[in-house]
Amino acid sequence: MPTSAADRLACDTVPKLLALNAASYGTHPAYREKEFGIWQSWTWAEAAEEINALALGLMELGLNAGDHVAIIGRNRPYFYWAMLAAQSNGAVPVPIYHDSVAEEMAYVLDHCSARFVFAEDQEQVDKILEVQGRLPGLEQIIYLDGGGLRKYDRGILHDYRELQNQGRARASDLQPKLDAEIAAQNGDTTCVMLYTSGTTGRPKGVVLSSDNIVKTGKATCDFDSLSVGDSVLAYLPMAWVGDFIFSIGQAYYAGFCVACPESADTMQTDLREVGPSYFFAPPRYFEGVLTSVMIRMEDASKFKQRLFKRAMDHAKTVGPKLLDDEDVSFGDKLKYRLNQALVIGPLKNTLGLTNVRVGYTAGEAIGPEIFDFYRALGINLKQLYGQTEASVFITQQPDGQVRADTVGVASPGVELKIADNGEVFYRSPGTFVEYYKNPESTADTKDAEGWVATGDAGFIEEDTGHLRIIDRAKDVGKMADGALFAPKYVENKLKFFPNILETVVFGNGRDRCTAFINIDLTAVGNWAERNNIAYASYQELAGHPDVLATIQAHVEEVNASVAEDPMLSGCQIHRFLVLHKQLDADDGELTRTQKVRRRIIEEKYQVLIDALYDGSAEVYVETEVTYEDGRKGSISATLEIRDAKVQPAKAVAA
Amino acid sequence: MSFDHADPFTAADGRAIGGVLMEMKNISLRFGGVKAITDISFDIREGEIRAIIGPNGAGKSSMLNVINGFYHPQEGEIWFRGAKRAPMKPHEIAYQGIARTFQNIALFKGMSTLDNIMTGRLTHMKGGLVSQALWWGKAQAEEVENRAIVEKVIDFLEIQSIRKTPVGRLPYGLQKRVELGRALAAEPKLLLLDEPMAGMNVEEKEDMSRFILDVNDEFGTTIALIEHDMGVVMDIADRVVVMDYGRKIGDGTPDEVRTNQAVIDAYLGVAHD
Repeated sequence: MPTSAADRLACDTVPKLLALNAASYGTHPAYREKEFGIWQSWTWAEAAEEINALALGLMELGLNAGDHVAIIGRNRPYFYWAMLAAQSNGAVPVPIYHDSVAEEMAYVLDHCSARFVFAEDQEQVDKILEVQGRLPGLEQIIYLDGGGLRKYDRGILHDYRELQNQGRARASDLQPKLDAEIAAQNGDTTCVMLYTSGTTGRPKGVVLSSDNIVKTGKATCDFDSLSVGDSVLAYLPMAWVGDFIFSIGQAYYAGFCVACPESADTMQTDLREVGPSYFFAPPRYFEGVLTSVMIRMEDASKFKQRLFKRAMDHAKTVGPKLLDDEDVSFGDKLKYRLNQALVIGPLKNTLGLTNVRVGYTAGEAIGPEIFDFYRALGINLKQLYGQTEASVFITQQPDGQVRADTVGVASPGVELKIADNGEVFYRSPGTFVEYYKNPESTADTKDAEGWVATGDAGFIEEDTGHLRIIDRAKDVGKMADGALFAPKYVENKLKFFPNILETVVFGNGRDRCTAFINIDLTAVGNWAERNNIAYASYQELAGHPDVLATIQAHVEEVNASVAEDPMLSGCQIHRFLVLHKQLDADDGELTRTQKVRRRIIEEKYQVLIDALYDGSAEVYVETEVTYEDGRKGSISATLEIRDAKVQPAKAVAA
Repeated sequence: MSFDHADPFTAADGRAIGGVLMEMKNISLRFGGVKAITDISFDIREGEIRAIIGPNGAGKSSMLNVINGFYHPQEGEIWFRGAKRAPMKPHEIAYQGIARTFQNIALFKGMSTLDNIMTGRLTHMKGGLVSQALWWGKAQAEEVENRAIVEKVIDFLEIQSIRKTPVGRLPYGLQKRVELGRALAAEPKLLLLDEPMAGMNVEEKEDMSRFILDVNDEFGTTIALIEHDMGVVMDIADRVVVMDYGRKIGDGTPDEVRTNQAVIDAYLGVAHD
């Protein structure tokens, strides 16, 4: 059956897109999964049959429109089908992080009063049964892998494939009802509910409509011209909105193939085997891969090391330009080609990135040198900015306008505005419907006109239209002269230096900024070893004049880069000191997830902050520390305070 | 019904325990003048987990080696599946459906996990040397068939990520798991495990216990194991034979063995005559 672009535009729900894909891309692969050592694949037609059988089975089991169906498992085609099968019945899929503990699951399952739960294996089933007593709404559990479940009470447990067979057996009488249900759905039908991890308080259920997902899928597929020939590796948690958009929203709109890894530990191998053309990873993934490449290069022979260094040095100057379609001399092109054949190509292949045409990273700031490394390899790595409430996309970088320090321009259909306090607001077709059973939070986040507060502060560059995120809005303050104070913005810039592990910048309500700096013992220790600098303790190394000089150079470099921004030039660091101990969660200075606890540090080190602002050249401090076994001790030190060069602020463009 | 009767029965947890699979009748084993095993009799029922415990030097490994055909007892008979077993070489016994793991891991260190487990399929391969070497005709189909079974084992033991890793590079706990994998690949009727948890930390022991229970539960494989960790033995075994100085001093369910005075004496150290 030939289908046209108009047919695709007429599809306003995901199940309708599935039917269309089965008809127009019937023989194209829709899903791949490595199992028993072999890549298994399903075409769109086969996937549609599997989903239909499961949907009939669920109907037979008593699933009603409007019910919530929880899905707990790692990325597997079967669970994406379960989401589609639930949607086909008019029910709402609720994917849950499969590594959450029973307690957390109980909260979500209870909050959405899920009647049906898909669970991957015995481990997940055990967790659900553990809290079953508190979930009066829970009726049926469908498991995929029956290993170890043979002796369990069969009452509410169902085998996934048997359920499909039951559905197939009832096809003749239930099919018309299912088809009618799918046809009756429209853009307002709820597509999915995703729980945000909730750094503050309980997780909130974000309700996304079919319009949110399908329109976002269309807009972003067009943006990067994703099509049926592309493929993606689905390895990030299914409960995360990104995976839902990439593996369902975009995959169903464009009709591209979703590949699932064999297990969490084999992701790197599977990536290499699949070689996706569309790839997303958080910055720490790119960071980790780069580190492992560098470490392995250091173990390589001298010849290979030189080859690698020369190839990379050249690639760094030419690779990004080629990606951005800028002018490159013929000689350089030729040299890059040669490098590509000898060094860069094989390296990309090892990393599984050979075919990547569109790569994205998001979530936190990515170090410019990491970003440049991948761009030098010729990988079109870009940044995007988004959140669950926006169906991911708020801004993204168009091809040819990629920079490490921005998050791109507004995605198609997204409107942006910046509030007086610097907070970023957006309004888009992907904007969520509501927080489930939580009208107060919905009203707090989304106003009557549909503008949603991101909680992040940023500004839009006037000449390029790119959005730059500087900090969480609640951390952004004002300096004494009214200029913007964004500590995290400066801290991130400092932390990109391998020598700097952690830093705290002060300046809220003051006339200038100062900083505490923690050195990275591994990096600085390594440097000390290579330069024959002897030290007996962390404290001694941290206070070494050569170390201080290095850190000072880093600070001044950051100052120069901060000064580039008229709005933020006030955040340059005038004075700094290198702390005599590492900031530690055991001492309450960091959270358990290694985030700085500003207020506590300010109280604890008041004497140091005073010294930074009163002009003294050194300061004596005594600090209580908690050892790993819980005993307390104290260390004392005299810290040198250094002045850093600051740049004059650039004139604000009129 | 219980182990007191010879008839098959269903255990409290739903597993089917069959009739006698293997019976040792008055086994004695001597090395020159040293008596390693003296007049020991016990049976192994189909589908059960049978543990052999005892202090160091009690003769446990010797007992396993007798079952396995590595040692030939001077006295006594071994009955397997209702027939008296003639003296055999270990490889002949492997063909009868008995597989084992070793106290000190005995894998091919330079070969990958996959290849090591594949060697467990040896008893199921029929192709000759030449067709195997040329990968011709039946050998090809056979390899595909056997590889499928090996992959099921890899999936079962959750070791997909080390499929291609040379075994010598793996940590100890994983090597033990690969060795279990090789034994499982043989699809044995009787699986012999010689101290499967020696040298493991608590977490690794828990994992291994789970795999042993799952093997028994999912495939109905009969398991005989030697183990030092009392907690593990008492948790997973259906019946326990206790040996001391080459003699059997106790035999029964974990509860029975735990309260047996001779066993308590052997472990707490009472003077022997």
